[in-house]
Amino acid sequence: MNRQILKSSHFAVERGTIVRIKTLSPHEKLFEIALPGNARLNHDPGQFVGVSVFGVGEAPISVCSSPTKRDTFDLCIRDVGRVTHAIHALKEGGSLGIRGPFGRGFPVRLLEGNDLVLIAGGLGIVPLRSLVQYVINNRRDFGKVSILLGCRTPDEMLFGDEIEQWNKRIDVHFACTVDRAAPEWHGHVGVITTLIPGEMLVPERTFAVIVGPPVMYKYVIGELLKKQIPDRQIIVSLERHMKCGLGRCGHCQIENLYCCQDGPVFHYDEIKHIKEAI
Amino acid sequence: MAYAVLQKGRFDDFIVALAAQRKVMAPVSKGYGHFEFEEVRSATEIALRYIPTILPPKKYFMPQRETILQYTSDSIEAVVDFDPMAIFGVHTCDLAGIQCLNMVFSERPKDYNYLVRKNNIIIIGLECGDYCDQYASCAMMNSEMPNGGYDLFVTEFDEYLLFHVSTQTGEDIVKSTGLFETADASHKSRLAEYRKKKKSIFKKELPIDSKDIALLFDKCFESKVWDELNDRCLACGNCNNVCPTCYCFDVIDEPALDLTSGVRYRRWDSCQLETFARVAGGANFRENRGARQRHRYYRKFSYPVKKFFRYFCTGCGRCSRACMANIRLKDVLMDLIKAHPLDNA
Ligand SMILES: Cc1cc2nc3c(=O)[nH]c(=O)nc-3n(C[C@H](O)[C@H](O)[C@H](O)COP(=O)(O)OP(=O)(O)OC[C@H]3O[C@@H](n4cnc5c(N)ncnc54)[C@H](O)[C@@H]3O)c2cc1C
Ligand code: SF4
Ligand code: SF4
Ligand code: FES
Repeated sequence: MNRQILKSSHFAVERGTIVRIKTLSPHEKLFEIALPGNARLNHDPGQFVGVSVFGVGEAPISVCSSPTKRDTFDLCIRDVGRVTHAIHALKEGGSLGIRGPFGRGFPVRLLEGNDLVLIAGGLGIVPLRSLVQYVINNRRDFGKVSILLGCRTPDEMLFGDEIEQWNKRIDVHFACTVDRAAPEWHGHVGVITTLIPGEMLVPERTFAVIVGPPVMYKYVIGELLKKQIPDRQIIVSLERHMKCGLGRCGHCQIENLYCCQDGPVFHYDEIKHIKEAI
Repeated sequence: MAYAVLQKGRFDDFIVALAAQRKVMAPVSKGYGHFEFEEVRSATEIALRYIPTILPPKKYFMPQRETILQYTSDSIEAVVDFDPMAIFGVHTCDLAGIQCLNMVFSERPKDYNYLVRKNNIIIIGLECGDYCDQYASCAMMNSEMPNGGYDLFVTEFDEYLLFHVSTQTGEDIVKSTGLFETADASHKSRLAEYRKKKKSIFKKELPIDSKDIALLFDKCFESKVWDELNDRCLACGNCNNVCPTCYCFDVIDEPALDLTSGVRYRRWDSCQLETFARVAGGANFRENRGARQRHRYYRKFSYPVKKFFRYFCTGCGRCSRACMANIRLKDVLMDLIKAHPLDNA
């Protein structure tokens, strides 16, 4: 058997350095990563990378910072299993394997000039954060911007400090809701659909972006359609099991689509006839 | 069309000469009607008449386990392992299977592991004059006749083997061994006769035109046929493992004993296994066996038609032979045909 080094292999991995770690909650940590020579990752908001701990494995993780931040990028990781647990055990200055970016991100060019309703449920805030940051950094290029967040309880809300900043801005409409809360919570309680703006919404020029757990899509999309938003302008990011990011291993397949290459971001009109999608 | 004749008395010399140049893999009898591709050194080891091997020659293009990355504490390198070889005796259905995989792995982003191996493999096809067994549906899938994808292709006659020389690589083998005679008109007319007889034997196995199978699958996503398979399938994954056009894989790390170095490898995976599509949080997008069986069939008869303009079933029959629950591809298709008649039928 001959073994040859394959420089062009799409399985090749770069070594990223952990510049900073911030604990966001008992289960989530934010990792700021630098590539060798502070090279740019060059991603679109909504794309993901393969993150490796050698000897344990690789997991697909959304890049949760905007490409407008150049020298480093952020990954927010929930500790759920083998690889994510090993990542959580790493320290600042430690290293991670990075492969990618992969997939089709949010269509930022199409969104320009339009009103945006950005909706995140639970961990959906993680991939959406890259888009929110991008929009805020290029705020002039977009119309009205609403950010709607939902999660189970107030202490599950990630990026609290940052969200507080969004809330204070005069150029974004911000609202959040929780399923249940202690009496001292002053925000909304109830399902996220109640936050979708009503009369101020101009359907022809509104793009809605939804990222959340699988159960959330059906009823949020239903609500947006009721408000006459065209299905092309409803954008979702879907999560599937992924092993390669290359459209081959088959794990992420949604009927004839490969979530890792054709998505993870889809326009609703592309998937509404696909029964396995949502 | 270049043809060359190898007298049967020289077949062993040919295999020995070829094996002196590079490894030769060929179908070998394993008893009980089973065959496997294995390395051979002489013609006596080869089963010229064989039914599809347990595993298809896919295993040489995409090994069951292959290292894709090696790492130490200060280096990470993507790697490919390969062995230059010639595969002798590939049936037309398996040639079609390799053509499917070639399309999959040469699409961008390219899979260089596959492509490096492909470029180091010489393919010598072998014609079937009759059906392998009742599970084959190669005529329906248009893979009973040679359709390219080989360097040399062998048709067996009583006294000699007729080689179709399809590539320069094939020509070089014929020349370098010095064992062949040039074919004349009589050889070619015997081949024409052979093919004529073959056409009378191989008839589409089910009452549906090949081109209509994709239309059938446009109609049967919600079919009760999948519910019935839900109750029968054992989710063992055998059907995936033996299929020449299945290529799903898993990626796994294996640390060495020093724990600072190791390898990352990929190995065959199966969409029939329960965990295949499950994500963190517990959502499973094909939770029941019927949905997973449907997925497998759609990956043969529908999805690849949209992407590659061809079916990803060669009709080899392996999945039917390997299924412990007696799920037979021809029966499933027949059930679908009956349950969902096409308008023009
Ligand atoms: C496009 C995409 C973006 C993602 N972004 C983030 C992110 O920003 N932050 C974050 O914390 N998580 C993210 N995830 C989820 C993350 O990939 C999984 O939590 C992780 O792969 C689990 O690996 P593990 O080894 O820790 O868990 P395991 O021990 O392998 O298993 C835990 C559970 O995770 C499931 N799982 C295993 N491997 C995968 C996989 N490759 N893809 C999906 N599910 C898997 C298993 O079926 C099991 O239910 C994303 C997933 C996708 C597909
Ligand atoms: S689906 Fe069955 S008959 Fe078709 S190529 Fe695969 S193993 Fe052969
Ligand atoms: S071989 Fe048969 S029982 Fe096993 S997964 Fe395939 S269809 Fe199911
Ligand atoms: S992750 Fe492998 S095909 Fe999409």
